[in-house]
Amino acid sequence: MAQIVVEDLVKTFRIAERSPGIWGALRGVAKRRYRTVSALDGVSFEIEPGELVGYIGPNGAGKSTTVKVISGILVPDSGRREILGRVPWWERIAHVRCIGVVFGQRTQLWWDLPVIESFELLREIYSVPPEEYRRTLDELVQVLDLEPLLDVPVRQLSLGQRMRCDLAAALLHGPSILFLDEPTIGLDAVSKLEFRDFIKRFNRERGVTVILTTHDMDDIEVLCTRVMVIGEGRILSDGTLEALRESIAPERRLIVDLEEQDAAVSDPEATVMRREGHRVHLSFDPRRTPAAGLIARIASQHPVRDLFVESPPIEEIVARMYDEQRL
Amino acid sequence: MRAYGAILSANFRTLLQYRAAAIAGFTTQIFWGFIRVMIFEAFFRSSSASQPMTVDEVVTYIWLGQAFIMLLPWNIDREIHNLIRSGHVGYELLRPVDLYNLWFSRAMAYRTAPTLLRAVPLLTLALLFLGMGLPASPEAGLAFALSMVGALLISCAFTTLVNVTMMWTISGQGAATMAGIAVTIFTGMVVPIPFFPEWAQTVMEVLPFRGIADTPYRLYTGHIPAGDALFHLAHQLAWTAALVLAGRWVLSRGLRRLVVQGG
Repeated sequence: MAQIVVEDLVKTFRIAERSPGIWGALRGVAKRRYRTVSALDGVSFEIEPGELVGYIGPNGAGKSTTVKVISGILVPDSGRREILGRVPWWERIAHVRCIGVVFGQRTQLWWDLPVIESFELLREIYSVPPEEYRRTLDELVQVLDLEPLLDVPVRQLSLGQRMRCDLAAALLHGPSILFLDEPTIGLDAVSKLEFRDFIKRFNRERGVTVILTTHDMDDIEVLCTRVMVIGEGRILSDGTLEALRESIAPERRLIVDLEEQDAAVSDPEATVMRREGHRVHLSFDPRRTPAAGLIARIASQHPVRDLFVESPPIEEIVARMYDEQRL
Repeated sequence: MRAYGAILSANFRTLLQYRAAAIAGFTTQIFWGFIRVMIFEAFFRSSSASQPMTVDEVVTYIWLGQAFIMLLPWNIDREIHNLIRSGHVGYELLRPVDLYNLWFSRAMAYRTAPTLLRAVPLLTLALLFLGMGLPASPEAGLAFALSMVGALLISCAFTTLVNVTMMWTISGQGAATMAGIAVTIFTGMVVPIPFFPEWAQTVMEVLPFRGIADTPYRLYTGHIPAGDALFHLAHQLAWTAALVLAGRWVLSRGLRRLVVQGG
């Protein structure tokens, strides 16, 4: 059975509106006007144990609201939600014991305490048995290279260091589901790579289900086997990255570096997108035009120095998708 | 239970780091103590009518009040205030603990750590040099100790209640200021309760606030006989229970609002 089942979630917020100016402020005291904003408008999906799911969408699309509903800190207006057989919020304490959450924008560690004391405190809060705690901690310390950080107060850590500690903190109690909310925001390149490595490894070795919201498409590309795109409170697409690619941007790109400058390259089955000196960008549909044939035709007409084939970057695919849906 | 103990101890250790604040507070408390003692001595000298407390009792009462001033629930917990203001309070619900107990543990640390830092040096100084007396009897000492526990419980229950009401008033200052005024007057921190007019005393006897300061201090000086201690302890515990229930009720309303409307 699926680990996370969400069916037809609906959530609206009432936002108090105020007309501008003093008159508006005074009127607001007497009579409030409310505007109803629909955050989730019938969201449904199922997630199996051990999946690594990317959850993307433009700002304000309903990503955080969904994460808040399934982590149990928000109750939807209607819709079924069952995580590990429990309804979040109604069985809040039992539910949150089984999940771990990392927010890129805030820490769950105690600001003034050394990292290790935060860990000890979490052990007490989650009542993790001592041997199990030792084992998990040793492993996390080793994999995330936390040894030199353990005695440092959290406020003195750099963002990358803090993120590693936060990740450890979210995993100490051995959750079966891990929510990552924009975890790589603000991280430098090296920290991002390390972070992704770790998530991938932990997901594979421990079978922890990971749900990741992000605006960094590299996170998705490297990590996720499945991508859900949300826009205006509805799931627009749900499937593998390849399937998303097929449906939105099936074309491939051939980039050729030629010996001659500004060569008049052309081919009946490809369109030239851009020329930059020796370099020419071509776009073609791999379903109709095999790449090998195209390359052979071009190489026979022009001396080629170098070439490579690539798919449109995921950013572009997502942007195109947001655009199509007019988000 | 152990989780709450660990939270209490972690917050307690964090708060013990604020030594500069403690030294500043200590100096202020000594200064105000002197002024209050001088006012009362002048008052006793200028009046020939018989007074409800002796000078010595009042001086001891004042120094106890100065030493335990941080036990009074006159301010709010900045951190909880910030959580509510920023809308991050929802994330507190990600911990597998009861939120009321979590915040009560915080309040406990918030009240005890600064008190400990100030009370120990101030009491030593006051007992040795500033005319503060010892407990009236061993029984009075015991009654005082027990009622200080009661005082702590009322104070924490009240602090938590005020913290929880901040879920409605965005700034939190309103409730805190009102609570602060009620606390300073009704605990006997301005003037010991026996000096109030008869009718006011009747009201203040019923209210919870006297249990935070006036009751233990008068048990210490023997102004309230140690034999009556049980009645006063019961008064403290009854109010603690009432304030805890009220705090829990308000919190559950606030949480329902939060999870329905969003942080």
